[in-house]
Amino acid sequence: MTRFVRSWLGVAATTATLVFGGGQAFAQKELVFGLQCDRTGPTATVGVNLCPGYHDYIGLVNSKGGVEGFKIKVLEIDNEYKVPPAMEAHERFKKEGAVLEGLYGTPQTAALNKKLEEDKILGTSPGFGTASAADGKRFPYTFPIAASYWSQAGAAVAFAKERLGGNLKGKKIAYLFYDNPAGKEALPILEDLAKAEGFEMRTFAVPAPGVEMGAQILDITGRFKPDFVITHLFGRAPSVSMKELKGKGFPLSKVVAFVWGSAEADIIAAGGMGVAEGYNTIQFAGVGKDFPVLKDIEAMYKAQGKTPPKEMDSTVYYNRGVLIAALHVEAVRNAIKAKNGAAPTSEEVKNGMESIKGFTLGGLVPPMEITPADHEGGGWVQIWTVKGGKLTKTKDWFQGYRSVIQKHLDAESKKS
Amino acid sequence: MFHRESGFFKTTYAADAALYPLPIAKWTVAALALLFVVIIPLTVHEYYLSILNLIFIAIVGALGLNILVGYTGQISIGHAAFMSVGAYTAANLAVKLGLPFWITLPAGGLMAAAIGVIVGMPSLRIKGLYLAIATLAGQLIIEWTINRVPAISGGAQASIEVDRPSLFGFSFNTQGSLYFFLLFFAVLAIIATLNLARSRIGRAFVAVRDQDIAAEIIGINIYRYKLLAFAISSFYAGVCGVLYTYYFGIANYEQFQLIVSIDYLAMIIIGGLGSVLGSIFGAVFVTLLPIVIRIFMEDVGSLFFTTAEMANVISGLRLGVFGGLIIFFLIVEPEGLNRLWRNIRSYFRVWPFSY
Repeated sequence: MTRFVRSWLGVAATTATLVFGGGQAFAQKELVFGLQCDRTGPTATVGVNLCPGYHDYIGLVNSKGGVEGFKIKVLEIDNEYKVPPAMEAHERFKKEGAVLEGLYGTPQTAALNKKLEEDKILGTSPGFGTASAADGKRFPYTFPIAASYWSQAGAAVAFAKERLGGNLKGKKIAYLFYDNPAGKEALPILEDLAKAEGFEMRTFAVPAPGVEMGAQILDITGRFKPDFVITHLFGRAPSVSMKELKGKGFPLSKVVAFVWGSAEADIIAAGGMGVAEGYNTIQFAGVGKDFPVLKDIEAMYKAQGKTPPKEMDSTVYYNRGVLIAALHVEAVRNAIKAKNGAAPTSEEVKNGMESIKGFTLGGLVPPMEITPADHEGGGWVQIWTVKGGKLTKTKDWFQGYRSVIQKHLDAESKKS
Repeated sequence: MFHRESGFFKTTYAADAALYPLPIAKWTVAALALLFVVIIPLTVHEYYLSILNLIFIAIVGALGLNILVGYTGQISIGHAAFMSVGAYTAANLAVKLGLPFWITLPAGGLMAAAIGVIVGMPSLRIKGLYLAIATLAGQLIIEWTINRVPAISGGAQASIEVDRPSLFGFSFNTQGSLYFFLLFFAVLAIIATLNLARSRIGRAFVAVRDQDIAAEIIGINIYRYKLLAFAISSFYAGVCGVLYTYYFGIANYEQFQLIVSIDYLAMIIIGGLGSVLGSIFGAVFVTLLPIVIRIFMEDVGSLFFTTAEMANVISGLRLGVFGGLIIFFLIVEPEGLNRLWRNIRSYFRVWPFSY
């Protein structure tokens, strides 16, 4: 009876599949990658440029014959920065046999951490999720693969120290942050460093949606009068902060922004590159078009008789998409090589990801080393500055106060 | 047609208020039970179960909101905040005290009910849009509190990880087992709401909605019933939040922001205010429609576009189609999908004779 019902429903399911699609990986030499994205939600400004970068790099790899002979099929699902669709997307990827997936969004990453571990599919969360996810022992299948907010905080203080003449004793630093968990995450690191380096730190929270911060900026420029300002804002907030600081006469060369406050679009929204002259930003992927891989992508489009997409001009986010795709491909490449050319399972891809080392893609990717213990890859960042109408590199790949961050990671792992 | 209604006469009030209006309804329920308890879990792929799981959770939340908005007529846009109250109560109890889900789940609901009564107090003096703004304030205050008080939120990340629910040593840790876990609570919520609606309390709610002064004159204590509606509705919301917490394995305040309140309002308005079936239709519609549109367009779109182009097209079109369908359904039947279903049913009831 059950068998009868099962086969009958099997027929129905197959029909449904034919009608509704849900393409299976038919080709023998094909691997499926899952990609979550936000093209229509509150962070759409990031997604619309980041995800095309991901697709273009995969397209480039496929046009050159794939990775070790395997073609890659990307399945993208727009989760609109909502949590339930992210779970649905993960289950869909699992059904389609994805060997890895790119996560998108901090709450989404938090909600999927456990599921990834149970299903043994690795998920990457560059710039999202918690800093403690860098600990590969605690979150074995979550890979930040980019500098966490902790690492960014360390880098920001290191940069401020360099700018203020190598000594922070008695100096004043303001931390202007978006009042949500991600914004507050850097606080323990900053507080620690304030004690160790002897500077005075004060925090200024900007409530959601972050478009009104006149009072905070007045407080900073009028009362606190800091030597340096570190900002950690999202969405429209970064451009507002630039405009307000500039309006109150604070030199933008004494401001450094975390990774989500540093795209071309933010600077243009603040009144253009000319207005934001001197503004410093932290980046976890290379910026600009001066990379061989981007030239290859342009060449690929030209060979197909198309013009390269306009998203390529938003190099900050586009390049991050390329970085995510490149690390995914490298992980799979390592896994295939370790298996002598056979199709890897998702667990083997995880091992492949954990053996990434010395892969820089012509400078677009930091010299990171991902290990089973360190899924962040070292927390490398660059500082870029608005100079003469464009973003220019001020400081090459570096790690800020790595020992302090490691100390916090160790303390965090003992807690669980 | 085969759903014969003639020949059954109701001679008592009890019979009129019975859960099963006709004997055949028992068979319908039995068939549905067989479908959901046996056939679906045995035959359907885990992916589809995961979608059903999301629908089950949404049903609990939508039912709760419908009790308040649909039955009692008190507008609330703070529903998501009550979910977060339930979620954090349960998560804290589960992690700090190690309590099992059958204690944390009602505790989360009760805590949400208590907070709901406080947020609902303005309803004693104001109605309509004014009350909507008052509950909006409640939503923002609760969000702020959870974000700012580490004792509740468990630290800067404002998220608390919980273990999977387990019963007698059996852990609900796959979509398949969570399906039964969530189905149980969804069914419980449906039965409870059906019973509530046909009881004295439910009828008092409806009286308050239709005309509160008249309700007071016929002897209904409207203060008590308004607050009771807030309490019951928030209890459902709290339970919904706890279910989300156990389903995702984490309580995270960003899952329960204002936009989620709006989503749930959309569910009950599309589904039909003041009906249990409407809540279910709404939850199914809002959860399923984006997925169906996407899967459909993935197939059709692949004929015209490359993968990279399609991703952009799908996202934009999906929002457009989703919004368009909502407007379409509400123009066709302003009282929601439930009314549409009843119209179809009453058409076939007398088929093939139209009168």
